[in-house]
Amino acid sequence: MFAYLVRRLFLMLVTLFGISIVIFFLLRIVPGNIVDILFAAAGYVDPADKVDLEKQLGIDQPLVVQYLHWIGGLLHGDLGYSYVSEKPALQEILPRIPITARLAGLALLFSASIGIPLGVISAVKQGTRLDYALRVVSLSGLSLPSFWLGLLVLTASVAMFGQMPIFNPNPQTLGEALATYCIPAMVVGFRSSALTMRITRSSMLEVLRQDYIRTARAKGASDAAVNYHHALKNAILPVITVIGIEAAFLIGGLIVTETVFNIPGVARFLVEAIRWRDYPIVQNLVMFIAVVVVFANFTVDMLYAVFDPRIRYTD
Amino acid sequence: MRSVRALAATAALSLLAFSTIATAGEPKQGGILRMYHRDSPANASILEGATYSVNVPFMGVFNNLVIYDQHIAQNSPDTLRPELAESWSWSSDNKKLTFKLRQGVKWHDGKPFTSADVKCTFDLLMGKSQQKLRQNPRKAWYSEVNDVTPNGDFEVSFDLKRPQPSLLAMLASGYTPIYPCHVSPADMRTHPIGTGPYKFVEFKANESIKLTRNPDYWKKGLPYLDGIEYTIIPNRSTAILAFVAGKFDMTFPTHITIPLLKDIKSQAPKAVCVVEPTNVSTNIIVNSTSPPFDNIDIRRAMAMALDRKAFVDILFEGQADIGGTMLPPPQGIWGMPKDKLQSIPGYGPDVNANREEAKKLMQKAGYGPDKHLAVKVSTRNLAEYRDPAVILIDQLKSIYIDGELDVVETANWFPKVARKDYMLGLNLTGNSVDDPDQSFYENYSCGSERNYTNYCNKEIEKLFDVQSQEIDIAKRKPLVWDIDKKLQEDVARPIIFHARAGTCWQPYVKGITIMSNSSYNGFRFEDVWLDK
Repeated sequence: MFAYLVRRLFLMLVTLFGISIVIFFLLRIVPGNIVDILFAAAGYVDPADKVDLEKQLGIDQPLVVQYLHWIGGLLHGDLGYSYVSEKPALQEILPRIPITARLAGLALLFSASIGIPLGVISAVKQGTRLDYALRVVSLSGLSLPSFWLGLLVLTASVAMFGQMPIFNPNPQTLGEALATYCIPAMVVGFRSSALTMRITRSSMLEVLRQDYIRTARAKGASDAAVNYHHALKNAILPVITVIGIEAAFLIGGLIVTETVFNIPGVARFLVEAIRWRDYPIVQNLVMFIAVVVVFANFTVDMLYAVFDPRIRYTD
Repeated sequence: MRSVRALAATAALSLLAFSTIATAGEPKQGGILRMYHRDSPANASILEGATYSVNVPFMGVFNNLVIYDQHIAQNSPDTLRPELAESWSWSSDNKKLTFKLRQGVKWHDGKPFTSADVKCTFDLLMGKSQQKLRQNPRKAWYSEVNDVTPNGDFEVSFDLKRPQPSLLAMLASGYTPIYPCHVSPADMRTHPIGTGPYKFVEFKANESIKLTRNPDYWKKGLPYLDGIEYTIIPNRSTAILAFVAGKFDMTFPTHITIPLLKDIKSQAPKAVCVVEPTNVSTNIIVNSTSPPFDNIDIRRAMAMALDRKAFVDILFEGQADIGGTMLPPPQGIWGMPKDKLQSIPGYGPDVNANREEAKKLMQKAGYGPDKHLAVKVSTRNLAEYRDPAVILIDQLKSIYIDGELDVVETANWFPKVARKDYMLGLNLTGNSVDDPDQSFYENYSCGSERNYTNYCNKEIEKLFDVQSQEIDIAKRKPLVWDIDKKLQEDVARPIIFHARAGTCWQPYVKGITIMSNSSYNGFRFEDVWLDK
């Protein structure tokens, strides 16, 4: 097991190194840089001034030199300075991480806590009206774009309550605190919950037809024991895989949700940084997201062993 | 033009009504004005900014030497008021402008304001100081200034190469605050220090900008507000919903499109809303250095095919203005009168007749029903650019020109235009002051960095100088009109329309005036107050 872990960790480092190269060079392939954008805003194109600013920011150097400078800094904990705000990149990124982490965590929690039980119910009640209703809900979850759902929630809040659940950095009441994170988390988690529900349902349906389930019922086990102890435990592996993948994809949904609900998190900040071609912010943020995704996959793999005793990682 | 008159009358009435509302009652001290901001500005330095996204939140931190009266919507030479200068005078040859400066004014960090600060500011702007601005987009404004000389601590003189009455207009712009000598340009980008009614508190990119009352402001008793807080909300739908829900006291100035204004009025009927010209023109840039637009006939045909009223009706529900380079009257000071405007080919009311003429020109150039001219119409990937570009393509079909939309990302737009990598482009040109010098030299003079089309006419450039030196406004206006007419006839950069936009605030917000011929100069907010 120990050797397996070391091997996985080594592979993770290699993956992250590869990702760093892809991030760095892809970013430079995108036309335009911060100087182009600053000067474009002014409609001002004095070549000498542009060259000066590019020199100041170090983007006139060869790409390899820029890459080594970035990676060298990263290894020493120096993420560089934002081209736009001229503040240390770490100072810009760090305060935004907990905001997005809370939102993403709540969205995943919402997705699992709604998707898994409803998936089980849908499978157990297969072919009933309840099953059809739940399948319609899950289909709508997959079909509704989260930006549209978000705007719908905001519009409905204003029209019905005269209030609007947009981000409040210092919530004074429990209601405000809930509105700050829970409503956007539900909006972004709705799609994941629908996917989780569908996977849980299909996986459960397959397991419920197995011989050992029939044996358990013949032994006189209760429905709840059969469904949740015997069946769900065996059906959960694909669900864990999907939740792991969804955790990685969540950042896409968060970009939209953070924009609609005006949440100053990492995802919206990333989009703004890309718009400004703020390389130090973009490459460090994407690297951070890559680390999260790689670790999420690692965690999923480890959870397999926890949930299925038949899986053992050998040396 | 009847609709334009009606609009003008409506605007005048709404202005009158608004003034009555805004000035009713005794001003009350206190409260925070909450406003949303449309985007996150690059930094807090107005001198380096090229968008009113910087002016709006940070103009209250500073003072100018002179400023346009903040309670009169139309900026004009008659509405110039002293600010850090107590008075000004011109020398007899009009080549020296001297300001007597206000004494006892302090920077927000407690240091005294003197003439040295004025000199430092203009040395920075003219590129003469050791410290440099990261960006200096308005350096050209001061091309006629030889030097700025302090005469003691409280007097300063601008020595000019030739008379230039417009200099005062540019000094009064929201883009021309006085910076302190003792703070570096880099620090001014992150933590600006001014002499203005509000002190800078913090700027969190993509989150918020906070200003607080300057208790030592040199205008005793002002400002009325305890502070101003801007929440940055780039998503327009979210921002407007938040205003309707009462989260904000005011929308971002001139951020509301005409169709959206209807939504606000229906959802928040008590909100006070005004619609004013933004002094931003939508125009066509033509690459006349290569075929087919090196042919003047094709350029003229294109200009004559424009149905400007259709643009205004579709995009602004009739609430925009048709004019030349200068913003048309009544809001614009220098725009051509209606009869002169309509005498320009393509501006006449009979669009079909104009297009028949245009077709003849196209046929002369070798194009017709059986041989269409294929062009790419390049524009920036922003709605205010894309939407008129689509209408333009539709209109050009009527004269055998088949346009294809070429949408360009913002970062690549000006580099593409600068290297002349386009045939036909749809562009927006904003004017921070309603003044011919700013507009003509910046956009049409030979070699100017913002003369994207490389239009160069030495004869007309001489006329630029003649109007620029004319002191008498009544004599200067006809000169400006003639130049503007000639620019349109030369198809230098055909102007399609001048946009209007709306601003709304809650009824308890008092003392707001939205400028009617500039979007850059009216945000000092020193006597705005909240009646609640």
